Amino acid sequence: MHPASRRELLLASATLFAWAFAPKLARAEGRDPRLLTIVLRGALDGLAAVAPVGDPDWVALRGDKALTLNGATPGLPLNAFFALNPAMPNLHRLYRSGAATIVHAVATPYRERSHFDGQDVLESGVLRPGASETGWLNRALTTLAPDIRVGSARRDAFAVGPVTPLVARGPAPVLSWTPPRLPPANDDTMMRLLELYRHTDPALARALEQRMGLAAIAGVGGAKSDRRPQGGSAAQVRAYFAESAGMAAKFLAQPDGPRVGALAFDGWDTHQDEGALNGRLAALLGALDGALAAIETNAGPAWRDTAVVVLTEFGRTARINGTEGTDHGTATVALLAGGALKGGRVIADWPGLKPQQLQDGRDLKPTTDLRAVVKGLLHEHLRVDERALAATVFPDSGAVKPMSGLLA
Amino acid sequence: MAADPQDPQTDAVLALHRFGFGPRADAKLAADPRGALLAELERPRAGSIDDPSLLTSAEAAQALRDFRQVRKAARLLGPDQPAEQKPARNPAPGPDMQQAPGVQSPDMQPDMKSPADAKSAAAPNPGANLVPRVLLEEAKVRFDAAATADIGFVERLVWFWSNHFCVSASKGGGVAVLCGAYEREAIRPQVLGHFADMLFAVETHPAMLLYLDNARSIGPNSLAGRARGKGLNENLAREILELHTLGVRTIYSQADVTHFADVITGWTIVPPRAELPRAGEFSFDARRHEPGPQKVIDKVYPDTGVDQGRAVLAMLARHPATAKHVATKLARHFVADDPPLTLVDKLAKCFLETQGNLKEVAKTLVTAPESWAPSPRKLKRPSDWMISILRATGSTPLDIRPVLQAQNLLGEPLWRPPAPNGFADKDEAWIDGMAQRLDIATQAARRLGDKVDPKTVLDTALGPLASAETRQTINRAESRPQALALLFMAPEFQRR
Repeated sequence: MHPASRRELLLASATLFAWAFAPKLARAEGRDPRLLTIVLRGALDGLAAVAPVGDPDWVALRGDKALTLNGATPGLPLNAFFALNPAMPNLHRLYRSGAATIVHAVATPYRERSHFDGQDVLESGVLRPGASETGWLNRALTTLAPDIRVGSARRDAFAVGPVTPLVARGPAPVLSWTPPRLPPANDDTMMRLLELYRHTDPALARALEQRMGLAAIAGVGGAKSDRRPQGGSAAQVRAYFAESAGMAAKFLAQPDGPRVGALAFDGWDTHQDEGALNGRLAALLGALDGALAAIETNAGPAWRDTAVVVLTEFGRTARINGTEGTDHGTATVALLAGGALKGGRVIADWPGLKPQQLQDGRDLKPTTDLRAVVKGLLHEHLRVDERALAATVFPDSGAVKPMSGLLA
Repeated sequence: MAADPQDPQTDAVLALHRFGFGPRADAKLAADPRGALLAELERPRAGSIDDPSLLTSAEAAQALRDFRQVRKAARLLGPDQPAEQKPARNPAPGPDMQQAPGVQSPDMQPDMKSPADAKSAAAPNPGANLVPRVLLEEAKVRFDAAATADIGFVERLVWFWSNHFCVSASKGGGVAVLCGAYEREAIRPQVLGHFADMLFAVETHPAMLLYLDNARSIGPNSLAGRARGKGLNENLAREILELHTLGVRTIYSQADVTHFADVITGWTIVPPRAELPRAGEFSFDARRHEPGPQKVIDKVYPDTGVDQGRAVLAMLARHPATAKHVATKLARHFVADDPPLTLVDKLAKCFLETQGNLKEVAKTLVTAPESWAPSPRKLKRPSDWMISILRATGSTPLDIRPVLQAQNLLGEPLWRPPAPNGFADKDEAWIDGMAQRLDIATQAARRLGDKVDPKTVLDTALGPLASAETRQTINRAESRPQALALLFMAPEFQRR
């Protein structure tokens, strides 16, 4: 166990980890690239975020939960086939201006459906869950020739935070920053706990329900029912995402600041009442959209050198389950945004949605390896060497070629 | 929570939660849980804290007096003096450090300064922040004793008796600086000794004499009483009868309270001036002592000075009502809000037969079959719930201020009970705090991040106690931090 820092139990929820060097090769080309990785933990429903409105089998899978171009909450058209969830107008604007790319039907090489193991594979970059103590982002940095130590002016700020996400963990020095505001209490955790209490401890269930009822009466966060817990309202989640991501962008934009960072946002495990069009997932996507906007705003002139990549451990079932949600699945989307991108595209080798086209008869089938996307970004943006990508960054991934042409 | 009561592993985990501070990540389960509990009682100096760096209560009282003198002098010097020469009043660590509300009181921070002043005051100053510093050091030692104990049964007994005989740092008048020393001097040495000895140590301790106002109580007919026209304060006498010994609405009357208060007049403290012998210690001041015999609970006690009160306390310590009161509270604390009457009877009987031998009473508690009901029933208090989180995950915080702060948020600020009856011991007092506990659990889990494996912690902390539902909930969590938070909030982890 890491010795406790002074912020210890209460205040520590560090989410930004930033590398303290500028990559030399890229600078030699006259660029000063910034890369921000955002991990969505809990498995984003890629079909709800970016819907295949042109697929004839789509609406049959989701029924009235399907995002379409017509209906009460119409999607934002991306091309003839895909539409973006209307909770993400900023991403749509970026897409139309060529500063956002969407990769669909994408997945890591992990094919089981455990969150912890899936997150391990996503963040470590190795095939076997739990096999690596370091993350691909950190290992990528170790292969770069550092140019100037951009953080040298503030050496005192260098510290490995106690909760460095796995993707950023490793030998390359990282500095950590803790947002001043704590992430709000998570509705989803509260609902899971309540479910457990209802089955095992009625007294605790009553106590928790009463608290939630009081919060609903107090009108916290536009509650849709009396089951709304205190805290964790859409507005709070939105503020937290925007503040964390915006602050990350401020750091990355500083002339002597870090160039590479990582953030993690929780809460995407939407088994019940997913609310892709106007409920919980819509609120989360809206918060993510706000975070992207905050990054663009706070990056300032550095936006043109910035790439943001949004990843999640796996997707969700193609069909709606029995509780108005979706269960753990396989393929999903990766979202890329930033002024450095050659965007305005949805990159997808669409597998189709007919029953026999689904992975195991239930999930969107992966046709693109997520490592190809990340390798492409690392290679074109930070100039990570291709051999290092295949050996060190994503071990044994020689067969997975870096995706090319992602950058402008 | 189906658990086989015959299964020794179930008993071992249960024993750790019910009688200790929960399983530790780095310790093996005892093969013989009852034997392990009994063995903890037999350890040499069990319950004591030997740390020569800690101040005795007399030293702490003198240090506080010196500190106040220096501060007074600095005030008289006026505002032109450089800040370094004034005692600092804010916590030293830095502007971003939040001080635990539990270590704040008017008594301790006589005048809060602006943040700008806090920075200038951060210069080293040996006299700075005396009371918060002492409280924090004492809290840390106490915390470590609980976090590192194999089981923690003796430590739990210390906490129980400390709450039974509580004092409060919020009282003012110098109690705060004594709270830790009080526990080390009056509670710990007697935790496996005799109740009568603990009772006398407690009621003559400066912290208690200040907390319940007896230090200033004066017999109306004593020399001092006649000279000053001041008189009796019956606060301590009443609480001894009502809370510490016989129990409320038992066999005493208002006359008993008043007479007993007369008996213990003169029980006070030597002013903490270094030049005085036994400065800051208990003293019997005959000039304040009400002269004459006093009748307390059907018996007349002749005026033998301090021994008059000692004799009343001895009578109270062996009274059947006291035995029943103490037995009920112990059984309620360790076993159930409404404990089996047979268990209460066993404990009371042992208490009476052994003249209040607290080690024997503790043995009776852990050997009684009633104490081993397989399903956990009681909510842990916030403080031991948090310690069990840290033990289960192998976390050893160097700075415990955030832990103290969390304890405040959850309504159990260390050494600051709301009233002399201490913190409540029933579920209804704590169950409303579940939403706050979830916040704390979430924050703790986020800090631990993915450095600990929830399934390992589940097996360590609950093992066979974990219900299928709890296992499933944890296995299905969307992330490791969420799994950990749900584990900390699981009924089996909250209850004992």
